[in-house]
Amino acid sequence: MSIHLSAADWLDLFVRYLSLSLLAVGGAIGTAPAMHRYLVIDRQWLTEPQFGSSIALAQAAPGPNVLFVALMGWNVGLNAGGGPAAGWRAYALALLGAGTTMLGMLLPSGVLTYTATRWAHRNRTRRSVRAFKAGMAPIVIGLLLVTGWLLTGAHDQPARDAPLWLLTAATTLVVWRTRLHLLWLIGAGALLGALGWV
Amino acid sequence: MPAPTDAAPGAPRSRADLFWSFSWLALQGFGGVLAVVQRELVERKRWLTREQFVEDWAVAQIMPGPNVVNLSMMIGDRHFGLSGAIAALAGMLALPSLVVLLLAAGFASVADTPQAQGALRGMGAVAAGLILATGLKLIGALRANPMGRAACLGLAALTVVAMAVFKLSLAVVLGVLGGGACLWAWRCLGRPPAPDQKPPS
Repeated sequence: MSIHLSAADWLDLFVRYLSLSLLAVGGAIGTAPAMHRYLVIDRQWLTEPQFGSSIALAQAAPGPNVLFVALMGWNVGLNAGGGPAAGWRAYALALLGAGTTMLGMLLPSGVLTYTATRWAHRNRTRRSVRAFKAGMAPIVIGLLLVTGWLLTGAHDQPARDAPLWLLTAATTLVVWRTRLHLLWLIGAGALLGALGWV
Repeated sequence: MPAPTDAAPGAPRSRADLFWSFSWLALQGFGGVLAVVQRELVERKRWLTREQFVEDWAVAQIMPGPNVVNLSMMIGDRHFGLSGAIAALAGMLALPSLVVLLLAAGFASVADTPQAQGALRGMGAVAAGLILATGLKLIGALRANPMGRAACLGLAALTVVAMAVFKLSLAVVLGVLGGGACLWAWRCLGRPPAPDQKPPS
């Protein structure tokens, strides 16, 4: 796929991510539908498979899942440079794209979070700040359990998915009750999957 | 300084320590970094107590932006100010970005093989288990909560039901359940005896 991006388009990309940043409450992935509308449908800078694989690759790779934002920018830049076949120029634009989307995504939320959490920490003995933290604690623990559950329940065929559920349950038990290094578990999951056992 | 009851025994030695610690955390985080943060910073390095971790996580979650990125900035700032926040943020993002972009540039074609797909499925199932176990471990941190353990467990359960069964949106859950819980906690905090002086049960 090859597209052309003018300077105004790059600016538009940056500004769009700046505005999405403050909407990313509860994680950047919540803004993925808005990014899809902008990048794939409205501007047609990314193909559908490029969009999907950006999210999938960032989930599979180590690091915060927000890196899917960098991958989307990377792919937009790559397309603007004429695709991987166009060589170093395409990769330079891909880097520019990754930097543009990541900076846009992190700048406003980062500044706001930094300022707000400093204030909260300075005022941590106030009743309102203590009430906020105490009140939110059980809610965020519930949210963690839901997230784990939703990741498990993404499968809909019990016969085929039972081994996966078993693997999730076994992992939960091991992490909860032992101090085994987490990388062993990740490795075991990858191996079982590659061998086709789960 | 905070009261001795909520002081964590460990602390990062320097900004470089922050950078490399968060780099190492992030590079271990397949399918999400939170479980690794809990294991490394609370259980191994002891930069945070379990209770502090839950409180910080609540704030990181409610602010816009990626949660673990918010959390890294908060921890970095607390020890070394703005430069600490930047060191922790850079640690969380620099090397992982490099890895993911190299993967995108070099190995995208491998990702379609059945072995790679299978490995991703397996790692996804493990990642779900890591997050579930982190949630289960943090339940212990609710013991010190001024609302009392039973009310906390009820609120956590309600959150699970609201999201998983009734499919309510995060905004509704945070606004209604979270807002209600904060008001209730505010009331409980105003009641004698102060939560720090509860008689041993």
